Amino acid sequence: MVTRFLSWTRQAGALLNKDFKAEFRTKYALNSFLMFAVTTLVIVSFAVGPYYLDPVMHASFIWIIIFFSAMAGLARAFIKEQERGTVYALKLSTTPEIIYLGKFCFNLLLLLLVLLVIIPFYFFFLSPSVGNPLLLVVVLLLGSLGLTGTTTILSAIVSKANVKGNLLPVLAFPVLLPLLITSINGTRLALEGYTFGEASSELRVLSSFFVIMTTVSLLLFNYVWED
Amino acid sequence: MFWKVFLGIWMSLVIIASFLYAPPALGLGEVSRIIYYHVPLAWVAVLAYMVSMINAIKYLRTSSIEYDYRTSFNAEVGTIFALLATVTGAIFANATWGTYWNWDPRQTSIFVLLLIYGSYFALRSAIDDREQKARLSSVYAIIAFITVPFLVFIIPRIYASLHPDPIVNIEGRLQMDARMLQVFISSLAGFTGIYFWIYNLQNRIINLKGKIKGRL
Amino acid sequence: MLLIELQKITKDYNGHIIFSDICETLREGSCLVITGPNGSGKTTLLKILAGLIRPASGKFTISVDGTLLADENRKDYLGFVSPDLYLYEELTALENLEFFVKVRGLAESEEYCLKLLKKVQLDKWGGSLVGTYSTGMKQRLKFAYALLHQPLLLLLDEPGANLDEEGQALVQEIISQQKETGAVILSTNDPAEVARYGDQVLKLDEAGRCFIK
Repeated sequence: MVTRFLSWTRQAGALLNKDFKAEFRTKYALNSFLMFAVTTLVIVSFAVGPYYLDPVMHASFIWIIIFFSAMAGLARAFIKEQERGTVYALKLSTTPEIIYLGKFCFNLLLLLLVLLVIIPFYFFFLSPSVGNPLLLVVVLLLGSLGLTGTTTILSAIVSKANVKGNLLPVLAFPVLLPLLITSINGTRLALEGYTFGEASSELRVLSSFFVIMTTVSLLLFNYVWED
Repeated sequence: MFWKVFLGIWMSLVIIASFLYAPPALGLGEVSRIIYYHVPLAWVAVLAYMVSMINAIKYLRTSSIEYDYRTSFNAEVGTIFALLATVTGAIFANATWGTYWNWDPRQTSIFVLLLIYGSYFALRSAIDDREQKARLSSVYAIIAFITVPFLVFIIPRIYASLHPDPIVNIEGRLQMDARMLQVFISSLAGFTGIYFWIYNLQNRIINLKGKIKGRL
Repeated sequence: MLLIELQKITKDYNGHIIFSDICETLREGSCLVITGPNGSGKTTLLKILAGLIRPASGKFTISVDGTLLADENRKDYLGFVSPDLYLYEELTALENLEFFVKVRGLAESEEYCLKLLKKVQLDKWGGSLVGTYSTGMKQRLKFAYALLHQPLLLLLDEPGANLDEEGQALVQEIISQQKETGAVILSTNDPAEVARYGDQVLKLDEAGRCFIK
C-alpha cells in the first residue's frame, strides 16, 4: 500500500516535473494566463475608479477575475498534449489516475502562482480592507483546490472536442457555480473580519466540494482519457 | 393506443377540474390554479433528468449506444419540461410577488439545471465521433449533476425563499383542501403518465433505428 | 512462450465499416506484416492493438506461458512507433527518455537512457532539444521510446518512413533483436519491406476484407 502510494507520487511527480520544465522553456500557458488576469484586474480597477466598494463587491470581483483567468490558463494542459500529438506517447506509458494527479498538481501550482501575483496587485489597485487575512488565504486556497480539481477533468474533455475554443468556460460555469457562490461568500466574511468559527460552514462546503469532485474525477477520468 | 386515449381523457378531466372543481387557494386567489401545472411540470423535469443521469451511468458501464440515445433524449425532454416549469413559475411569481424573477432557491436550482443541460448539448454538438460524443457527454452529465445537491444546501443560506411553502411543503402536513389535493394528485399522475408515454415512444423509435441499421 | 491472438476484430467509423472480422495468431519469434492501400485501416488496426482505440467488436489477447495478460497492464508489454505519436519537442532527447522511464515507474538510471540513445545512434545529440531534430532523427528517438521498457510485442507503423540507409539497417537490427525475445507487428506499403520482414502477412483491402497469405 505504502510502496504503491510512493510509486504513484513519483510517477505523478515526473509528469509535474516534465510539465514545469516544458512550461518554463516555452511559457506556453503562463504568459497568457498571467496577462489575462492582469487585464481583467485593470479593467475592474478602471471601472471602479474612485468609488468605494463594499466587501461583497470586492469578493465578487476577486472571484470573477480568478474564474475567467483560470478558464483561459488551465485549458492548455491537455489541449497542448492533444495538439502536439504527445497524447499517445503519454497514454501508452502510464495509468489515467497518474495523468490526472500530475496534471492536477501542475494546474494547481500554475493557478497559485498567478494568484500570488494577482492578489497583491488587487490590493495595490483597489485597497480593500481585510478583517481576517488568514481566513482569506484559507478560502483562496480551498477555492483554488476545488476549481483546479474540476477544471482538470473538464479541460481533458474539451481537449477531445473538435471545437475547443470557448467550450471550457461554458462547461465549467454550471459545475463551478456552488464553489463560486461559496468562495465569494467566504471571501466576503474574511474581508469583513469574521472568525474561522463563523465561516466554518463555507469552509466545510469548499473542502467537501474539493474532495467530492476530485474523487469523482479520478473515478471517471479513465473514460475521458481513452480514445 | 389504449394509453394514448386514456391519457387524453384523463388530462382533459384534470384541466376541467383544475378550473371548475378545485377551489382557489386561500390568500393566493385564482392564479393559484397554476400549481396544478407548474409543480407536475417541474416534477417531470427532475424525473427526466434523473433517468438521463441513470442512463449515462449505464452507458459508461456497458458502452452500448442505446443508453446514450436515452440519456440525450431524456435530457431533451427534461429541458423542455424545465423550461415550461420556469415559465409557469415566472408567471405565478409575477402574479403573487410582483416580479418574474428573484433568485429564489428553487428558481436558481432549475436555472442551473437548464445551464448544465445547455452545456451538455453544446458539448455534444462539439464532438463528431459517435462513441466519443456518448462517452464524454455522459461523464459531463454525471459530474454536473453531482454538484446540484451543493446548490440545494448553499443557496438558501444566501437568498431567502419566497416560495409558497405553506401550501406545497414536503415535510409538514399538506395544507390543501381535499378537492385541491385530488386535482393536484391526479395532475401529477397525469403528467407522469405523459412522460412515460413519451419515453416509451422514444424507446420504440430507438429500437426501430437499431433494426434499420442492422438490416443495411 | 508468447502467444498473440486477434479474434474477429471489427471497426467502424459512425457506422461505416473500416474492416471486419480480422483473425490472426502470432507466436514468439515471428513478425506479422500488415499491408494494404491507403485508407484500408492499417494504422487503425495498429492503434486498436496498442489499446488506443476500442474495436467495435472482437478481442485482442496476449498470453505468456498460457496466462492471459490483463488489459490494464497491456501498456507494460507493448512498444509502439507511429507517425501519429510525437515526443516532447521542448525537452531534450535524454529528458524525454528519462521522463518516460520515471512516469512508467521504472527504476532505470541515466546511463540506461544514454545506452538506448547510443543504440539508435543519437548519443551525440542527446542534449539538444527534440524540436531541433530532423524527421529521421525523431523517428530514431521513437524507437528508443518504444524499446525503453523492453516490451514483448513491438508495434511499428511505417517504421522505415523518413529513414536513411543507416536507419533502415537500424530498423532491421531492432526487429531481429525483438524477435529473439518477443514478437513484432508492423504495417507498411513497401513491397520490399513486406518481403524482408514478413514471416506472416495480412493484406487489407479498401472494402475492409482481409486476406492472409
